[in-house]
Amino acid sequence: MKSKDRNYFKILRAGINTTYQDLGRNNLYHIGIPFSGAMDKRNFQLLNSLLQNDYNSPVIEFAYQGPHLKYFGKDIYFCISGNVSFKIITKEGVIDGNSYQCYLLKNDDEIDIRSTNKSVYGYFSINGTFGVDYYWGSCSINTQAQIGPNNGNKFSKDLEIEIIDINNSFNKRKLDYLGSTIENIRVIKGTNYDYFSETSQNKFFKESFKITKLSDRMGMRLEGPKIENIFDPNIKSEGLVKGVIQITSAGDPIIMLSDHGTIGGYPKIATVISADYDRLVQLTPGSNIKFKDVSLEDAETLYKLYQMETNNLISQIK
Amino acid sequence: MIKNILNLGDAALYCDFGSDVNQEINSNVIKYFYHIKKLNLKGITNLTPSYNKLIISYDLNIHSFLSLKKKIENIEIKENNKLEKNLIEIPVCCDNNFALDIKRVENKLKLKSEIILEKFFSKNYFCYMTGFVAGMPFLGDLNQEMRLKRLETPRVKVPKGSVGITEQFCNIYTFETPGGWNILGNTPQNIFDTSNQSNPNLVNPGDTIKFCRITLDQYNEIKR
Repeated sequence: MKSKDRNYFKILRAGINTTYQDLGRNNLYHIGIPFSGAMDKRNFQLLNSLLQNDYNSPVIEFAYQGPHLKYFGKDIYFCISGNVSFKIITKEGVIDGNSYQCYLLKNDDEIDIRSTNKSVYGYFSINGTFGVDYYWGSCSINTQAQIGPNNGNKFSKDLEIEIIDINNSFNKRKLDYLGSTIENIRVIKGTNYDYFSETSQNKFFKESFKITKLSDRMGMRLEGPKIENIFDPNIKSEGLVKGVIQITSAGDPIIMLSDHGTIGGYPKIATVISADYDRLVQLTPGSNIKFKDVSLEDAETLYKLYQMETNNLISQIK
Repeated sequence: MIKNILNLGDAALYCDFGSDVNQEINSNVIKYFYHIKKLNLKGITNLTPSYNKLIISYDLNIHSFLSLKKKIENIEIKENNKLEKNLIEIPVCCDNNFALDIKRVENKLKLKSEIILEKFFSKNYFCYMTGFVAGMPFLGDLNQEMRLKRLETPRVKVPKGSVGITEQFCNIYTFETPGGWNILGNTPQNIFDTSNQSNPNLVNPGDTIKFCRITLDQYNEIKR
């Protein structure tokens, strides 16, 4: 490809944990490969809808501080989802951008994604397709197992992001949405709930836990009242799913997130319901959370409501 | 063969085959795993077999717990349904640079290192499951006199290819990861091949492993 025909971004600053993500890869737990995929599926879906891309198109996910990108090529549009502060730097000057709004980008323009404010993950994409390789049907980067494009590594400075296709019939759209936050994380009691003392079971639901800095795409470590195991601090290793809350031998909860190890040997006290997962992962270290017990039937209904809410937001894009 | 099916959260079935860890129970788990995998049911997003459990993750837009539970309960698997088993030889070098915990194992088992290694290599091992990290096989069973606990403080980094033992099991570290198993040697063989997308695992549940001891020269030869 001649360089003048290329459309690409050059990374001037990579950000803290910037990767390609899509909906992730299925049916590989039995060989030790987790789902991965965008942590916050609602913001992933909204972004591809805003850009009129295919529902599973690759996007760029960033955490806390995003990348600073410089664009080379013909005119395109871009959009960012999540609670994100960013600047668009053009020849005419610098403007502050808004999430859920599409912007025109010309050759030599720059985007500086400063911060995900009081959240963790944000998403960036264009009206087109990034040139990515697929591994087991997904372009999601899993840095722990080094699976995915860019040799399974997060983005680094000077990396060039190719655009292989631009949708020319695109029309600019936006969504008025402020995001939604959550204080109580709803859970279903786990298969080893009985391993813990009654006092600890009560504490688990009455007191609050703080999210520690030891949190990433694999898991979220919490600190708070120690949860006392009165039966056995270990179980025979068995499968995990995202959202499972294990209690370590030290009595602290760990919540399994999208890149988690596929099997584990700590008892499971509870599992976060599917409806609350997107909002759970957006909670920053230092935040306090409380767990609320719900039934399986309620969790199934709450998920349907959450999906309806997402579809409703998509229908409001104009 | 499934004793009980519970829910793990709102999007997974927790199939319980018993509480013991033995090859009979595990073979039942593996039979169900391969059978359900072959059925290719719509909306099943993951199957995770382990020693005595099978976890079935599903898409909540397609299944609910009760409807999928009924489907799984109605599956009939014949007792004489034979498992496909492969015998795989894996070379291991126990040079001092690789046998990171041999001294600790000598002390704990009160056996000389040569005896420990002789016992270790004299037996074939059954693969119960793979996972935790991509392709890591959980193998068993070690003889009674070879069993010891994991390290009190896990290593932050266990080198890729390390072969370790703990309790009745042994495993191979397919990636450099944190871990607490007692390391006896290292294999130059690639156990997980990211570039082989149809069959990345060298070892799969139900397979039998024979470790073959090699010298450092042979190790370097294979690595090259």
